[in-house]
Amino acid sequence: MTLRLPPQPGEWIDRATPVNFTFEGQAYTGYAGDSVTSALWGAGERVLGRSFKYHRPRGLMSLANHDINVMLEDGTAINMRGDVLPLARGMELRAVNTLGGLKGDKYAVLEWMAPLLPAGFYYKAFHKPKALFPFWENVIRRMAGLGVMNPQAPRGEAIKQHRHCDVLVIGAGPAGLSAALTAAKKGVRVILADENARIGGTLGYDHAGQPTALETLARLQSEVASHPNIELLPAHYAAGWYTDHLVPLVGPSGMIKVRAGKVVVAMGAFEQPAVFRNNDLPGVMLGSASQRLIHRYAVKPFQRAVVLAGNDQAQRVVMDLHQAGVEVVAYVDLRPDADCTVIRQLGIPIYLGNCVQEALGKHAVEGVRISRWDGQGHPDPDTSMTIACDGVAVSVGWAPAAALLYQSGCKMRFDDAAQQFVPERLAPGMFAAGRVNGIYGLEAALEDGERAAREALGLATGVARAAETGSSHPWPIVPHTANKNFLDFDEDLQLKDFETAAQESFDNIELMKRFTTVGMGPSQGKHSNMNAIRVLARLRGEPIPKVGSTTARPFFHPVPLGHLAGRTFHPERRTPMHDWHAAHGATFATVGVWQRPAYYGTDKAKAVEAEVKAVRHAVGMIDVSTLGKFEVHGPQAGELLERFYTGHFVNQRVGTTRYALLLDEAGVMLDDGIVARLSNDCYYVTASTSNAATVYREMTRRLQTWGLEATIVNLTGSYGGLNLAGPHSQSLLKLLTDLDLAALANGGVAEGMVAGVQARVINVRFVAELAYEIHAPAQDIARIWLALEEAGRSVGLKPFGTDTQRLLRLEMGHFIIGQDTDGLTNPLEAGLQWVLANDKPFYLGQRSLKLLAEKPVSKRLVGFMLEAPPATLPDECCLVLRAGKIVGRLTSIAQSPTLGQVIGLAYVASEDAAPGSRITIRHQNGRDVVATVVPTPFIGVAP
Amino acid sequence: MKLLTCPINGPRPLEEFAYGGEIREMPDPQTCSDSAWADYVFHRDGAPGPKREWWYHVPSGTWLVAERDTASDVVSRTYLLGEA
Repeated sequence: MTLRLPPQPGEWIDRATPVNFTFEGQAYTGYAGDSVTSALWGAGERVLGRSFKYHRPRGLMSLANHDINVMLEDGTAINMRGDVLPLARGMELRAVNTLGGLKGDKYAVLEWMAPLLPAGFYYKAFHKPKALFPFWENVIRRMAGLGVMNPQAPRGEAIKQHRHCDVLVIGAGPAGLSAALTAAKKGVRVILADENARIGGTLGYDHAGQPTALETLARLQSEVASHPNIELLPAHYAAGWYTDHLVPLVGPSGMIKVRAGKVVVAMGAFEQPAVFRNNDLPGVMLGSASQRLIHRYAVKPFQRAVVLAGNDQAQRVVMDLHQAGVEVVAYVDLRPDADCTVIRQLGIPIYLGNCVQEALGKHAVEGVRISRWDGQGHPDPDTSMTIACDGVAVSVGWAPAAALLYQSGCKMRFDDAAQQFVPERLAPGMFAAGRVNGIYGLEAALEDGERAAREALGLATGVARAAETGSSHPWPIVPHTANKNFLDFDEDLQLKDFETAAQESFDNIELMKRFTTVGMGPSQGKHSNMNAIRVLARLRGEPIPKVGSTTARPFFHPVPLGHLAGRTFHPERRTPMHDWHAAHGATFATVGVWQRPAYYGTDKAKAVEAEVKAVRHAVGMIDVSTLGKFEVHGPQAGELLERFYTGHFVNQRVGTTRYALLLDEAGVMLDDGIVARLSNDCYYVTASTSNAATVYREMTRRLQTWGLEATIVNLTGSYGGLNLAGPHSQSLLKLLTDLDLAALANGGVAEGMVAGVQARVINVRFVAELAYEIHAPAQDIARIWLALEEAGRSVGLKPFGTDTQRLLRLEMGHFIIGQDTDGLTNPLEAGLQWVLANDKPFYLGQRSLKLLAEKPVSKRLVGFMLEAPPATLPDECCLVLRAGKIVGRLTSIAQSPTLGQVIGLAYVASEDAAPGSRITIRHQNGRDVVATVVPTPFIGVAP
Repeated sequence: MKLLTCPINGPRPLEEFAYGGEIREMPDPQTCSDSAWADYVFHRDGAPGPKREWWYHVPSGTWLVAERDTASDVVSRTYLLGEA
């Protein structure tokens, strides 16, 4: 049976393009422009989904983008809503959340168990006996949730874009269109977004039998489309509002992050369901849903309809149904005194002051039972009568789509006359127009849009006109002894669940939400919160403003995870020699943002041992381009360094280097490096790889606060460096430079040509007794590297990586800040009194160290050797014990190939710091290991 | 995402900035008492309200001063140190 109407003016479907698809294994045909839901409904299907908890058959409810009755999966994507999913050729769709298919869903048995599953049942049931809980947990977990994820699904590419505009208008109904045009005509850049595939809002479907709305729509559409200042984004919903007007618009292909100067929220209102028994039966739908079916998709919603009215819009629905050829068999108005002149002329039976008590039928509406009532939830059973029909259109009230207003900090108030929340005080830069303000009439909405835009542009000040009355009924809720009168369709919550919650004292709005889970389903309360608030207010005997509403958080609408996921960009920095390392088999390690060779080869132990051997007996070379490198210029450059680091630098001779230790104000060690004085007013400073950015940042800040005459130039990226270490390093380097290397002994620095490149050569002793760091501009450093590599072959030069470097420095007895120190370590514990120039008036941390120096130092960092190394070495961070008490920890440990001993650094009690003391280390296996404290450096003190 | 106005680069998204803490006057280490110094080093005034804060625009390496009310998270003014 097909329910397609003859062509309707303004319809969205393209009748020339039929589209074949399958649903639950059965073939269907719709048209291009259809949504899946409209195509199925048009094909005469009624059961399109199953409810979340009781697996009740569901049809369509709102057909307005937030209808969760119809949720689909296609084997790749899950939980696609049928009312927004555009029909496409060859789709193979299934309903989510069924066992054995939609028609014969075996989980439907749960409905018979409903009395055992009241709201909050999972807080109470199945916990006893305890032994059975894992069984129940397994059952519940299998049944809970929606859709089955396919881990093999191909990764989709969701594009992210950024846009800027002066005014962002969200919602392209009459108010939004009017606001956008008003703003655009004043010359500002406007983005107009709407979640629907086509703009127009109510103009596109709420015709009330009059085609004039379409003329207005056509005029506005062409004005908007032709205006150069307006960017139109249909099929994009605003997912949330973030500080300073950042609004992500989510569309079919990705996300557009809009930074707006001002935001006009013209998102309209959600039509609200009425609460009566079986109000979820397929065939019961919102009045606006039936209008959308007719005007957008040319689908006849029913053959014989009952219209349940509670507001003035219901009669517009009657007129549209009537014009579409639907026989309206009854107009049932909750109000006793509605003016029904128009529909009376159509000859439709009118029942004023009546309610629908229940919908009848098993899988679809077959009739309704109505009765007189007092308008307050008390039907008079003596007057009840049954009317046969195949559909119920419900038009009783609205709730504003105010989520973005709430998120921006707007204060809302409940307007008693309009029975709707409306903005009371908007956040700066936020404006509201149309139905969110409670303004429903077409002319009034157009005017309100213009007003909002003028206010946004600062051309007018004032307030929105008063909200209109007559759009929302204060109590569209009918109790029923047999229940199944649903307030929340997402979570299958019945009226009695709220009464239960209140009885159990969960009668605060936030508590009730959590106990009943109202508004926590996929539509986030868009169709349930208003009625829930009404019920709670009545249960508490308080007015609605006292009950309040829950917080609306992003997202306004479920956003596919693929739209949120990043594109797995992983920025990394590479040194100028990176390609050489890769070509020579380096295994890379990530050090901060840098890629550095850890060692060369694939067998770590063997590679490190060979590299250590080369450095100790011949020569090795490591890429140190990642070091922080700064030049400090100016007459007070030395003064800056003297305050920044612990040592003396003003009196430092040109051509020398000094150790630089950086403390924070509490005296904790932050970083170390060297300071080389290149000339009277120029110092060259290095910092460790991982702290380079922080040291530069801190130095520039101190330079400002101290107001010194100096300049800091960050050369970290523009200079590269390498370290040539080992007994042959000097003779090898001599082959490539005329610099007097012998004069550089004991930490000298010189500038000159190395391998034809202008470079800085520094004598350092971090990894070996004899070693040179060579720094040169990043574009040149590789030439030095290659020249050394070539010249060094005959003397056994090997490149080495960071793993080897760590071992080499340990053999040298050097600690690494961050490895052998932590966020509390001070230089007194690390044995660095010699670098504290306390004769200076000031350096960072000095005052705190003065305080610390007055107290005994409880632990000290020392070198140790294991007496009888176990097969598995103790891990770093193993505890050091003294008489059963924790006194420190092990910070570095390694088998030294040079010494044939296991060496390391550890914090020990001060009493045990002298060489020769024996210390106890608690191995991770629980046994104690004994070590001897030895002087550092380790090499040169062979046992 | 909040916007912060860098005095050099104009309004930029917050993700480009690093917070540098409240601007506090260092007592004279030569003359202040031990407890005054400890108070300076370890104590922070976390009470919400108007603060002068250090912010760092990372891509351009610019330190700036922001006057921010931490109760409302409204930044009333940003400027370079010394240009107040």
